[in-house]
Amino acid sequence: MIRSTHLPLLITIATFLLAYTLCAWQYPSMLSTRVLANLLTDNAFLGIAAVGMTFVILSGGIDLSIGSVIAFTGVFLAVILRDTSIHPLLAFALILAITISFGASMGAMIHYLEMPPFIVTLAGMFLARGAAYVLSTDSVPITHEFYDTLQSLYWKAPGGGRFRLTGMIMLLTFAAGIIAAHRTRFGQNVYALGGGLQTARLMGVPLAKTTIGIYATSGGLAGLAGIVFSLYTSAGYSLATVGVELDAIAAVVIGGTLLTGGTGFVAGTFFGILIMGLIQTFIVFDGTLSSWWTKIVIGGLLFGFILLQKGLTWATTLRRKPAPEFAAQS
Amino acid sequence: MARATGPVLECKGISKFFPGAIALDAVDLTLYPGEVHALLGENGAGKSTLIKCLTGAYRRDAGTIVLDNREISPHSTQESQKLGIGTVYQEVNLLPNLSVAENLFLGRQPMKHGLISQRRMLAMASDLLAEFGLAINPAEPLSAYSVAVQQVIAIARAVELSGKVLILDEPTASLDRDEVDLVFSVIEKLKARGLAIVFITHFLDQVFEISDRATILRNGRIIGTKRLADTTQTEIITLMLGRQLEARIQDRAPTEAGDVLVELRNYGRRGVIEPFGLTVRKGEVVGLAGLLGSGRTETANLIFGAIQADQGEALLEGRKISLKNPREAVAHRFALCPEDRKNDGIVGDLSVRENIILALQARQGWFRPLPRAKINELAEAYVKALDIRLASLDMPIRLLSGGNQQKALLARWLATNPAFLILDEPTRGIDVGAHAEIIALIERLREDGLALLVASSEMEELVAYSTRVIVLRDRRQMRELKGDEITTANIVSAIADEPMTNEPMEGVV
Repeated sequence: MIRSTHLPLLITIATFLLAYTLCAWQYPSMLSTRVLANLLTDNAFLGIAAVGMTFVILSGGIDLSIGSVIAFTGVFLAVILRDTSIHPLLAFALILAITISFGASMGAMIHYLEMPPFIVTLAGMFLARGAAYVLSTDSVPITHEFYDTLQSLYWKAPGGGRFRLTGMIMLLTFAAGIIAAHRTRFGQNVYALGGGLQTARLMGVPLAKTTIGIYATSGGLAGLAGIVFSLYTSAGYSLATVGVELDAIAAVVIGGTLLTGGTGFVAGTFFGILIMGLIQTFIVFDGTLSSWWTKIVIGGLLFGFILLQKGLTWATTLRRKPAPEFAAQS
Repeated sequence: MARATGPVLECKGISKFFPGAIALDAVDLTLYPGEVHALLGENGAGKSTLIKCLTGAYRRDAGTIVLDNREISPHSTQESQKLGIGTVYQEVNLLPNLSVAENLFLGRQPMKHGLISQRRMLAMASDLLAEFGLAINPAEPLSAYSVAVQQVIAIARAVELSGKVLILDEPTASLDRDEVDLVFSVIEKLKARGLAIVFITHFLDQVFEISDRATILRNGRIIGTKRLADTTQTEIITLMLGRQLEARIQDRAPTEAGDVLVELRNYGRRGVIEPFGLTVRKGEVVGLAGLLGSGRTETANLIFGAIQADQGEALLEGRKISLKNPREAVAHRFALCPEDRKNDGIVGDLSVRENIILALQARQGWFRPLPRAKINELAEAYVKALDIRLASLDMPIRLLSGGNQQKALLARWLATNPAFLILDEPTRGIDVGAHAEIIALIERLREDGLALLVASSEMEELVAYSTRVIVLRDRRQMRELKGDEITTANIVSAIADEPMTNEPMEGVV
């Protein structure tokens, strides 16, 4: 039997398949591995950030800082590789440590000061963006041979599609996210937080550890997304990735996760990302449509999924089963 | 009961002081394995404080707690749970979005290679639930099951985590009879296993049904511990209240009902309540009786405009009026105290003062604020008149006990000087003392010439204060009882759709 909690995920997957079929029907060349590979490459940074956002939203929170953190990461890497001679891998480790602690401190503020995540991460958004401007207001190109090496890593599929390293990193992140959500105590605690803070506390969920862990995860994944974004653009620019947090939220919701927290799947977010990427690809293929149509379609999809979630919530309440049916004969 | 073993839990001289109040005064409590021990007392008697001291939610100020011959001093509910004291509350403290199995094993999931083993968790959950007589699929989300099943799952989790003492804080408050039976069957099983169970409830019938002993608290002190087999409900109630409950046996003073105030003709809404006629006179209490789901609340909400009628007409002192929404009803000086106090009534975080003036201010319009002095005067007057017990008018209303919240809600509507007051379950979930006071208050309001419509599931209560009783069944008015006809027996027979007992029962074999 299909459990009602799985239904949004299935609908998301069905939406993706339907959309892809329609696209391929109009432009058969969209079936090529090239398109598929680009879909992964172009959305890698957004996908990685959206995994973190999924955890945040599952816990009933929100993280508005990730777009700024991605931009900050790019500028930080570009500047540090320009001005010093440290190896990029060391720079990666450094920026991941910074973004993880940045997320963790936001989580700590949310927990210990009992502040709404919206406000705390809004402050984080301004802070990170401001810090990026302080480092450099101009776009700083990254020219390091290690970057060239990383960018040249790909697997060429039959049909000409190049599956690059960044796309693989995204897939690995999703795989790790799925396992963490369902097969670890941390993941279960995230769902517990989303189900009800007070109840979770009474049931012995370590709130401080979990909340800090969630925002540290989101911060760290935004840092990783920033690294991937810098590999994608070969530059760091403080004005880049404005509003990416909202795209990530949209992907999470289209992926079937309830904005109120507690219900949803990391895998759903993956398909949310693919759907959004597909719409963009379709518009590129069409060539005559304004790229703003992407936003319009995503907006429509969001409304659709919000209505769907509401409908499913009603359906679950109606389905509630009476007690005596379950009393075993004794 | 033969006691081969010593007590599992022994509390001696537990005291707890709050600023300006002694919440617990040298309270002793002894629990033996395999007994159900009821903890009784009015709201504010100290039951919850005692429980909170036991579970570590509060630090006690004096006294010792000995569990299995070892003195304990839990600092948190988690710690007391580890020591062996588990608690289940009236509101199910489980997570509706997680599966049954995940709820049972949250925080102690079976691990395999560092990851949670879902398969083993489901198998363990099935076994555990089977012990409690539940044959349900543990992979389903908790929200798929009714409150009673959830309550049993909560008990299973608590027992599994602690396993010596189980505290049940009003576990049956929102359950119907079948569901209570399910929970009781589980309690019996646990009793046989040798757990000591503390049972807190407002339902005395249930206390006598399941408990072995009862400890009665009043004003933070132990009044007595009784074996229930040797005592009666009257004795227990007397111990709880310390005074005879006069309102319960008081005769109805036959006062003259005044002019017709409200008249409803063929009033109803499809799918909610069948069309009915109803007249309410000034100085009259009309009771609405019926089982759960018979349409009591719907009738009250329909008249107040909270549900819109789709047929019939309403008359106020002979003039036709419209009652499309509560605003219109309030404008006609109607008032409704809803059944669900917590969600539809009080605004929990606002102060008692603000809660009391809310309806009056709303009627005035928000652009004409009541002067501060007038607000204070009103609030203080009602606190005094209704004997609302509180530390300060500024405290958030959610901190008051149920009975006092109810009185504050009544004050809110009385402040609007209503002509027609509708009360839906005015005594639900409040203690016996406040109960008597509310009943006395209803009498007083009637004598003041108000027209009242009271929906209640407690028949003795309806019999005590109603001048007429309308019996509902399956969303339809069945019968109207007047004067001497108003007895619990007649209400029951009307609900059961049988002839009244004081009528000749011809043709009945």
